[in-house]
Amino acid sequence: MSDPGTNPEDDRTGAVPDTDETTIRPQWRTDLVLIAKIVGATYLGFAVLGLLTGVGINETVGFLRRVTFFAAVYALVALALNLHWGYTGLFNIGVAGFMAVGVYTMAIMTASPEGSPAGLGLPIPIGIIGGMIAAALVGFIAALPALRVRADYFAIVTLGLSEIIRLALLSGSLRSFEIGGTEYGTGGGRGIRYTPVDSVIPWLLDRPGISAIGELLFTIGRAVGVQPSVIQGGLYTGVLIGFVILFYAFLTRIAYSPFGRILKAIREDELATRSLGKNTDRVKITVFMVGCALMGLAGILWMGSRSLVSPDSFMPIVTFYIFVALIVGGAGSNTGSVVGGFAFAAFLWEGPRFIRAIVRANLRVRSPQTIYDAFVALGSGDPLPLFGYFIGTLDEIRFIFVGVVLVLLMIWKPDGLLGHRKEIAAATDLSRRPTAADGGTPPGHSGSGTPPGRPGDDNHPEQSKGGETDA
Amino acid sequence: MMDGSNVREKIADLTVQELFGGVLLLGIVLLILDLVRLVAVGELPIGRLWAYIWNGLVDSLYIGLAAIGLSMTYSILRFANFSHGDLLTTGAFSGWTVAYLIGGIGVADLSSRLLLRADGGAQPGMMEMEVLSAPLAIVAGLVVAAVVTILVALAIDRLVYRQLRDAGGIPLLIASVGVALALRYLIALFYTTETRGVVASAPQWETPGVVPVDTVNLHEATLVIAALSLIVGVHLLLQYTKLGKSMRAMSDNKDLALITGIPTERVIFATWVIGSGLAGVAGYLIILDRGQITINLGWFLLLLIFAAVILGGIGSIYGALAGSLVIGLTINLSLVWIPSDLNETAAFMLMILVLIFRPDGLFTGVKTA
Amino acid sequence: MRDIEPESGRQADAVTGDDTTGETTDRRSIDAPILQVDSLGKRFGGIVAVDGASFAVERGTITGLIGPNGAGKSTTFNCITGVHEPDVGVIRFEDTDITGRDPHQVANQGLVRTFQIARELPEMTVLENMMLAPKGQLGESLWRSVMPIVRGGVVEQEEQLRDRAWEMLEFFEIDHLADEYAGNLSGGQRKLLELSRALLTDPEMLLLDEPMAGVNPSLETKLLDHIHELRAQGYTFLLVEHDMDVIMDNCEHVIVMHQGQVLAEGPPAAITSNEAVIEAYLGGELS
Repeated sequence: MSDPGTNPEDDRTGAVPDTDETTIRPQWRTDLVLIAKIVGATYLGFAVLGLLTGVGINETVGFLRRVTFFAAVYALVALALNLHWGYTGLFNIGVAGFMAVGVYTMAIMTASPEGSPAGLGLPIPIGIIGGMIAAALVGFIAALPALRVRADYFAIVTLGLSEIIRLALLSGSLRSFEIGGTEYGTGGGRGIRYTPVDSVIPWLLDRPGISAIGELLFTIGRAVGVQPSVIQGGLYTGVLIGFVILFYAFLTRIAYSPFGRILKAIREDELATRSLGKNTDRVKITVFMVGCALMGLAGILWMGSRSLVSPDSFMPIVTFYIFVALIVGGAGSNTGSVVGGFAFAAFLWEGPRFIRAIVRANLRVRSPQTIYDAFVALGSGDPLPLFGYFIGTLDEIRFIFVGVVLVLLMIWKPDGLLGHRKEIAAATDLSRRPTAADGGTPPGHSGSGTPPGRPGDDNHPEQSKGGETDA
Repeated sequence: MMDGSNVREKIADLTVQELFGGVLLLGIVLLILDLVRLVAVGELPIGRLWAYIWNGLVDSLYIGLAAIGLSMTYSILRFANFSHGDLLTTGAFSGWTVAYLIGGIGVADLSSRLLLRADGGAQPGMMEMEVLSAPLAIVAGLVVAAVVTILVALAIDRLVYRQLRDAGGIPLLIASVGVALALRYLIALFYTTETRGVVASAPQWETPGVVPVDTVNLHEATLVIAALSLIVGVHLLLQYTKLGKSMRAMSDNKDLALITGIPTERVIFATWVIGSGLAGVAGYLIILDRGQITINLGWFLLLLIFAAVILGGIGSIYGALAGSLVIGLTINLSLVWIPSDLNETAAFMLMILVLIFRPDGLFTGVKTA
Repeated sequence: MRDIEPESGRQADAVTGDDTTGETTDRRSIDAPILQVDSLGKRFGGIVAVDGASFAVERGTITGLIGPNGAGKSTTFNCITGVHEPDVGVIRFEDTDITGRDPHQVANQGLVRTFQIARELPEMTVLENMMLAPKGQLGESLWRSVMPIVRGGVVEQEEQLRDRAWEMLEFFEIDHLADEYAGNLSGGQRKLLELSRALLTDPEMLLLDEPMAGVNPSLETKLLDHIHELRAQGYTFLLVEHDMDVIMDNCEHVIVMHQGQVLAEGPPAAITSNEAVIEAYLGGELS
């Protein structure tokens, strides 16, 4: 990405660059600052709120860690989905299925050969790569129908595929089968036991150089009142943030490139794009596979602290959480995916639970068994049971809230929180005009100026390109 | 007249769609032959085959009731309504609450009945909540199921979908996902997320020896009778009333729809009334047959309903019924060859193949009314 | 039924009055038509849209394709550019058989089309639209766009393409709109964008589908001036137009289609005096 202030062209011609251009920083940098501001402000707000209302530092830090964890995983999947839908217009609601393929492949590859079902006992990094490749291959299979099917039909195809994957993983018939004396399989409803991904953290902390840093962190934590387990969890979350940054960098790179340009063009008008000579089939397959590989990786990281993977983690509803996160932030924008993932995690997913923690720290509310009882109490003048009921059913209320937010967004702000962002798909700053000194046509040349010559052609009609040779 | 160099002949008449249809037909013929073989060899008792076919027919009836509404919404309102499943759930919960309120008078306390056993009280067996002992309650519940679902659907249309009339199919689809979540969990707020039995076991009637089954499950019979009556009713509406004719015209004839533009509010109103009413009844009847209720009832069925609509050709109401028949038979007859926890997989695969190779539905070329 | 049967490029030359007739193969490479359509046929269900159309377009000309509504012009265009696959017939471009190829393959051969209703990419800026067009972009490979060292080459090429895009925008005098979303442009501006974008693919020949439709007279004049200049640079044009004046004043060669077939071909003067053509337009029966 060219930084206008240091363009070598300026030095060559001695032309003074437009002052405006030197102050325009690349958009992705301002975006990262924006993300940091939003995250920082939110954390500060929650921390202050938590401390003021007596929630306690350990719980508040634990809450912030959970928010960060979910924000990171939602951002990872939302970024991958943005590649499919926001950029290329491929409406993929089978995300959960591709995540499942990634995680299950990794689980089978890393599970112990003594386990039941058995695995290949390979190290975690190999398992992760294997999971990504498997997800990409399934993505290839899913992409083939995308070539000939319209947007909402493709959505249903991906949903169907996701369910087929989940049902196949759940099925008793694939639960176990024998290959060469060892019992492999999907584990059916029980799932597969494997080494949790975040076991990388303790392993790292055992390494000579790093263990000192680990000890330092633990000491600080204990002094402030934060348990080592929370610190350790926090380290894994830090790894996740690292991945978010990697994903963001990778996808931003794609966005600001000719490849990204074709993606947007496919979304806008595929026939026009093809009529300009672009092989959209090849591009769609490529981008779909890459996105699915990322989804597989995101799924693996999400299951990080778990040592058991089962089909229940990949119900279709999971795909819709990601969609909400993406839409909240604004589809078509990588920054929007990250912001959306964060907003979803902070306010829609974990936020209500924080409110519950605040309430429980300050009021003694009992949750009545049914809402009927709560209303009866209200009728006789006591609103607390109803309030308590709501606190108790916060998980359900959360979904109502998510649904309402989704509807309101579609009606009022279909472009999401960040609105419509101008992300110009090019590998260089397009708004820099060639000046006269560069040898281009002088701007503002009125009337019928000299048409731009056809490159590689001496303007002789007889000299056809790619034509036959004269005898 | 010069012919040019090589003239390329193309098999213009045989499109991919027709080819796929041929392959599918061949596959079905092979499967039927295999069925005959299995029965002849003795591996498949004829009683079990009949049970599969019967279950397939029953399933196709309630899927069909739901599919009509989904197909109508798709063709007249132009979007894939992902909240349609939750209309089934709405019908189920509202209908059975009323059935409990009426049927449980004096037997169980109000809060258990009102919230459909959210607290575990009011055992269905204790209340004799089955069709012979509590016919009034059950019929009342059926009616209420339809009415409440219609009201809910109309309210949602006014609040949500009306604001998005001009938006494309995708924004409406996404909004319908939001509606689905909100509706489902609003129900959960009241009724909790517990799965519980609400219907007592069905009374069985002995059948005369002629029929290949020993007993008739009366709840199933009720479902069949109610569903068939409603379907016949819809058929009469579509064929003989002015409203029905304009609805058929709007949904079957894309060009006409384009010329006349956005359908009138009257047609939209009718779409929601018929579609959601049928869906509510379907939800209610499913619980009558299955006995257990959960908030995810409709959501878990949604993809199957979509499959039925897609197989039948989106926009064709009779196609939706035919598609439902195919889906119902597929998920049941496939049990002959594949394990029971994969039976839905067969239906979904069929749906995907049809979407790719024959997107106009299995029955294109057949003139729909 | 048809006045002239164009059997080969040489015959067509006879019509236009060139005296390069009867030459042998060594001059054919120069005289050979850039686009040759032979016995093209296409039907949709029961409707026959194109029924045995044959014609040729000479290199470096502005040729017009006209005919009453339903004559099959759009379908012919779409068959040539790969939007539809013809049932019957051969289409050769630059002596390569392009029959039934996909749109992107046809475009890569150097035969680029514009659309009747301009297909600008609305949520991309004018410059983004332009930058999409050039062929052989290194960055269209995911690998090269992303990998650190190789990306340098992509950036370099992008800057070159950007400069060419600006030049083209200036030529068509829409450079002030460079940063606008293409969807915000007026109809006429979109047409200019469509044409300038097509040119940036560096084509040999352009198929323009009703380029003057909905365009005001002053813009029309400008567009035609541009087209003539471009023709002088060696581009070939095939225009479909309803506006007779545009065709007659600008095209050296006119092809008339009617009911899916080529009714007549020739210079404008010959066409305007052709009785069969007149009757076709008036809706009368053919003699």
